[in-house]
Amino acid sequence: MSDPATAPDTPHVPPHVPPHVTVTNLRIAARGPDGQDIVIVDDVSFAIPKGEVLALIGESGSGKTTIALSLLGHVRPGAAITGGSITVGDAAIRSLTPAALRDLRGNRIAYVAQSAASAFNPSRTLMDQVVEPALIHDLLPRPAAEAKAVELFRALGLPKPDTIGQRYPHQLSGGQLQRLMAAMALITDPELVILDEPTTALDVTTQIGVLQAFRAVVRDRGTTAVYVSHDLAVVAQMADHIVVLNRGRVRETGRVHQILQSPRDDYTKTLMAAAHPVVEAAQDKPRTAPVPLLQIEGLTAGYGRVDAQGRPAVPVLRDIGLTLHRGEILGVIGESGSGKSTLARVIAGLLPPARGRISLDGAPLAPGLDGRSRDDFRRVQIVFQNADVALNPAHSVGQILKRPLAFYHGLTGAAADARVAELLERIQLPRTLADRPCTDLSGGQKQRVNLARALAAGPDLILCDEVTSALDTVVGAAILDLLADLRRELGIAMVFISHDISTVRAICDDILVLYSGDVVDQGPRAAFGSPPHHPYTDLLIRSVPEMRPGWLPEGLGAPALPPIDPLAGDADLCRFLPRCNVRVAGLCDRIAPPRHDLAAGNAILCHLEEGPLAVAQRAEALV
Amino acid sequence: MSGASLPTAAPAPVPAPATKRAAFPARALRWTRRLPLSGKVGLAFVLFWLVIALIGPLLAPYPIGAFVDENVFSPASRTFLLGSDYLGRDVLSRLLHAARYTVGLGAGAALLACTVGTGLALVAAVGRGWVDELLSRFMDTVISIPSKILALVMVAAFGSSLWLLLLIAGLTYVPGNYRIARALAVNLNQMDFVSVARARGERRAYIALSEILPNMLHPLLADFGLRFVFIVLLLSALSFLGLGVQPPQADLGSLVRENISGIAEGAPAILMPALAIATLTVSVNLLIDALPHRGRN
Repeated sequence: MSDPATAPDTPHVPPHVPPHVTVTNLRIAARGPDGQDIVIVDDVSFAIPKGEVLALIGESGSGKTTIALSLLGHVRPGAAITGGSITVGDAAIRSLTPAALRDLRGNRIAYVAQSAASAFNPSRTLMDQVVEPALIHDLLPRPAAEAKAVELFRALGLPKPDTIGQRYPHQLSGGQLQRLMAAMALITDPELVILDEPTTALDVTTQIGVLQAFRAVVRDRGTTAVYVSHDLAVVAQMADHIVVLNRGRVRETGRVHQILQSPRDDYTKTLMAAAHPVVEAAQDKPRTAPVPLLQIEGLTAGYGRVDAQGRPAVPVLRDIGLTLHRGEILGVIGESGSGKSTLARVIAGLLPPARGRISLDGAPLAPGLDGRSRDDFRRVQIVFQNADVALNPAHSVGQILKRPLAFYHGLTGAAADARVAELLERIQLPRTLADRPCTDLSGGQKQRVNLARALAAGPDLILCDEVTSALDTVVGAAILDLLADLRRELGIAMVFISHDISTVRAICDDILVLYSGDVVDQGPRAAFGSPPHHPYTDLLIRSVPEMRPGWLPEGLGAPALPPIDPLAGDADLCRFLPRCNVRVAGLCDRIAPPRHDLAAGNAILCHLEEGPLAVAQRAEALV
Repeated sequence: MSGASLPTAAPAPVPAPATKRAAFPARALRWTRRLPLSGKVGLAFVLFWLVIALIGPLLAPYPIGAFVDENVFSPASRTFLLGSDYLGRDVLSRLLHAARYTVGLGAGAALLACTVGTGLALVAAVGRGWVDELLSRFMDTVISIPSKILALVMVAAFGSSLWLLLLIAGLTYVPGNYRIARALAVNLNQMDFVSVARARGERRAYIALSEILPNMLHPLLADFGLRFVFIVLLLSALSFLGLGVQPPQADLGSLVRENISGIAEGAPAILMPALAIATLTVSVNLLIDALPHRGRN
């Protein structure tokens, strides 16, 4: 049997075994436009023992992706590795020839990119692409590679593993593609996998499944992995070690427990604080005006031809009602495809609703752009998620801010210049930025200018569509603070759209949860603090990763749901039914759910009463 | 009336902004210096040909139609710097005259094509729906008419004149430019910054001219360079049919055509106009490609 000389139980790797991946004094620089070297990565060192996961964490611009790519011997054009050494197994990456590197990449070292949707070739089947690394490195004959791919699909919890490979990328969801990309990376049994923000673009509810799948396959195969992320809570689930980076330098290195429980570096502490936004909420003072600023009743909107009953061919929002008072913030939350951005577009007049009424200060607002007066336009401003495309790249910051001043207030010349300077000060940007083209700004600065443009109009209501989603946590937290200031000091009301329930709970007075175009849960913020919630709200809250290792459930995928009748095609049932973990056979699959109030003050669209929901959700919390 | 009561000592509330912009020559110089080498070469040749187009005829040693050499296709000499052509006329003089037609007609017609094409494209993109449909199908119709046949008919109907040539050459290339500009504008019209402008209540003209157009300029300039080359070629084809610039005047294209028999001897009469066309068209495109790229990417 086993050699009696070796101890039966050796939990620790003997210290003389060299680490699997070693990076020493790595330095990467790029040549700037003026010929000066810009150091992107400065004196970075770390080591990963075999079979463990190391996380590189930091904001954008911290050099985390650059370091991860350098493990593949790759630097982006214009940059070069100027010092240090990288060793993976027995390979000294920097001294390899291009041919040797090619042999290594996609074979012994694999890479999983952030956006699987753009990393797959849309015109080839997924199986073709997944087995490609094994074929080009002559590792397996095609039938064996395909069999192995199917086995990986199963291990990654993909639906219909035997046939999913015959489909094309556009037929699958983002979370499924991300798992397929992991399968592509793992098909060659690489010794090192680099995961570059693989779940950042996913909804929280999707993220859980993908993280579970990644963790399971990496552990089962004993693969060494580098996990690049800006999200400490996600990293806490995946990694054994953490390297905290800022501006290309290592701020702190340590095991997960040490970093999360007793961070030593100030920057790490800032990152941890930003992950839990705490924004000073408005005091609960009585509402002075009886007439709400914004009131929406029976709103239905969508795309395509509208039929006689006022239903569009592709409905996106159904029978929405909401009220928003002056100086308050209403949070709208839901996953991608829930219709939350459409709601903002409808209020702004960009998409006329098929049915329903919108009123501003008690006066009805024209459905489309055409019927609205210039003052209506001024009072409702919209701020889009992605400031890169929301600011005209051909204009300077000053031009962008002056246009609403001239358009709504007739301000030009020196008066406009003075107002622009005032606005820049309010959003905490230097005045000198006014002359710069907006393409010169960083992501956070652009988002501030995006907000300042809305402020320039002097609005009563700002529609914020995912304004912090594209930003780093630290930068996003600063934008949240700014929004809270604006509300407090200028009394501007906001509709704050987000997919992140912790952000919404931090800043909003009232919360509205959208699922597939229905308002499923709606009430004051306090009602969202503890169960019972609508089952979907509960799922959202449970899906937000917590910053402690071991939060992520073991195993693959969600537990089995209560059985129901096969769903009838177009019956107007609860839309959350296919995913609901407290659904009741014979009730939920027969009758459309009613809207009823819970004790905490929120109205939910569900058959279940307060008691059963509370029992079910308390039980989950204990698991 | 009188400024006596003005408190002269009071500080101005807003300090007068220092002259932010340097004088034009200094700015132009700085701009030129920033161009890459290819752009500087392009700029030099473009300026050279513009100057020739303006003052060329004044520099010409002989009248354009004068038969001054007894030999044809004679090589370069002290009397005829670029030799003589197939009828014994001075090539240099004809080149200096011809540049004006090629530069003027080429640039004018390309400008006409791009202005009309892009203007209609913006109307189509911002108007959407039936406006877009109507304009696009109309352009499809125009593009199906062979340009040389159209030119033939027009010249037959109205007689050959420079204005007619300009109009024909310009209108021929409107649909091509329209297609490209519309594709660009439709994409830009989907951008969030256009949605923001629409939600601000902006008129369509503002959206088209201030939000969309500035972001189309660079690809449109590349298209302009392409059209310019096409138009130079179209003009020389028309000259060959006797429909272009009428003798004794000539454009660069017709100089090449009329001296085609000199190619066996390698006469400067054919090489020089060909070289002129090459430097002109290549330099226009070199300059355009080197222009600083503002906006997306």
